Amino acid sequence: MAADKNNIKIHVNELYKSFGHLEVLKGVSTDICEGEVVCIIGPSGSGKSTFLRCLNRLEVITGGDIVVDGFKVNDKKLDINKFRENIGMVFQHFNLFANMNVIENLMLAPVDLKKATKEEAKKRAMELLETVGLSEKAESYPSQLSGGQKQRVAIARALAMNPDIMLFDEPTSALDPEMVGEVLAVMKELALNGMTMVVVTHEMGFAREVADRVLFMDGGVILEEGTPEEIFNSPKHPRTIDFLNKVL
Amino acid sequence: MIRIIETYGSMLTTAMGQTLLLALWGLLFGCILGIVFGLMSVVDNKASKAVSLVYVNLIRGVPMIVLAYFIYFGIPLLWNSILNFDELLGTKLVLSPLQAGTICLALNCGAYMSEIIRAGIQSIDPGQMEAARSLGLSYWRSMFRVVLPQAIRNMIPSIVNQFIITLKDTSILSVIGFPELVNTAKNVVASTFLSFQTWGIVAVMYLVIILALQQVAKLLERRLNRGR
Repeated sequence: MAADKNNIKIHVNELYKSFGHLEVLKGVSTDICEGEVVCIIGPSGSGKSTFLRCLNRLEVITGGDIVVDGFKVNDKKLDINKFRENIGMVFQHFNLFANMNVIENLMLAPVDLKKATKEEAKKRAMELLETVGLSEKAESYPSQLSGGQKQRVAIARALAMNPDIMLFDEPTSALDPEMVGEVLAVMKELALNGMTMVVVTHEMGFAREVADRVLFMDGGVILEEGTPEEIFNSPKHPRTIDFLNKVL
Repeated sequence: MIRIIETYGSMLTTAMGQTLLLALWGLLFGCILGIVFGLMSVVDNKASKAVSLVYVNLIRGVPMIVLAYFIYFGIPLLWNSILNFDELLGTKLVLSPLQAGTICLALNCGAYMSEIIRAGIQSIDPGQMEAARSLGLSYWRSMFRVVLPQAIRNMIPSIVNQFIITLKDTSILSVIGFPELVNTAKNVVASTFLSFQTWGIVAVMYLVIILALQQVAKLLERRLNRGR
């Protein structure tokens, strides 16, 4: 929304990734600016989730370069844990820590990594729960929450580390339709506040409304990219047209 | 029956003490081995996985009675007569039945514990580890703060089961002359010929220990499940 074109946050150049003999990413290049919201759309198996997971090295890349904030992701000397502190990630299946209640989920990383004292972390956690509308669930365990609530907690947990970048891996795909809205609302709020976001999604409405740029991926490459208007109103590549016809 | 208890009661309770002592040592070292090899089998390192696999398969593939004979008689022979390390160090290697029994029991218990721990960790959704890592926690921090607390909860019934099996396995070590319950009972039967009574008493003694162990485990499990 307020993308700063002069400040490139994530630089991806000729990214390749294989799982054994299966080549999933075949030369992906793009730059993502500070404050930019990028939505990645495309059919299943197109490599969008793998691409996202490469950005914080949950997947080790096979070739090419990713530079985030000046740090090369595949550099052997990189302190990967330090690096990841600055990149929040939200997963399709929430992955809340089942052995901890909501507030403990939010406090674990800041306290364990000495980013904050217990009191500071608790205060910040309560503020974050307030913003995602779940203050009254602080003492609940993940198993007691609905899908939408879990995902909002997961977003708050990622934000507790005050990251510069947030990655979303199909954050609403595992939700009941009626719960999608509450999660998207939180994400939209984040986007409006200038967070750099990379969102793999099937929510075309969200992409159209919130994204600064939409990437269409298929077969391990970015086939087409542009503003939401360009992609949704006048797609050029036949695969994009075909895909959008099916999902819209 | 009364006569046996009067005459041999203290002998049998001493033997029970010896059984418990051996089981305790075996379980202690067995747990340590199990944790070490269990963790070695889940980390992302081919060499450590292979070492763990070899250990587990080797121990699982050899009956404990063979292992007991091998450690008690075989290892000192290898050390003293085949490798001649005794000349080198100036002392002969001699293992007491308790030492050999503990090693044997621990190796055996460790192999099965290792499998329990591996399975317990692998039963936890990999997403838990990924989420912790994505926040910047290291592998081991994620393991100890997120994965293991959940895994241990799932492992407890199997661990208790293994404890019971190890406790009963101490009876196998009667073959190397360790004065535990079965060995002692054999001597009692040899001098009294009262097989029914003696073995009946021994069976009840095992039963009591194991039921008590189960009760402790139940309490522990309830404690761990509090707040869930």
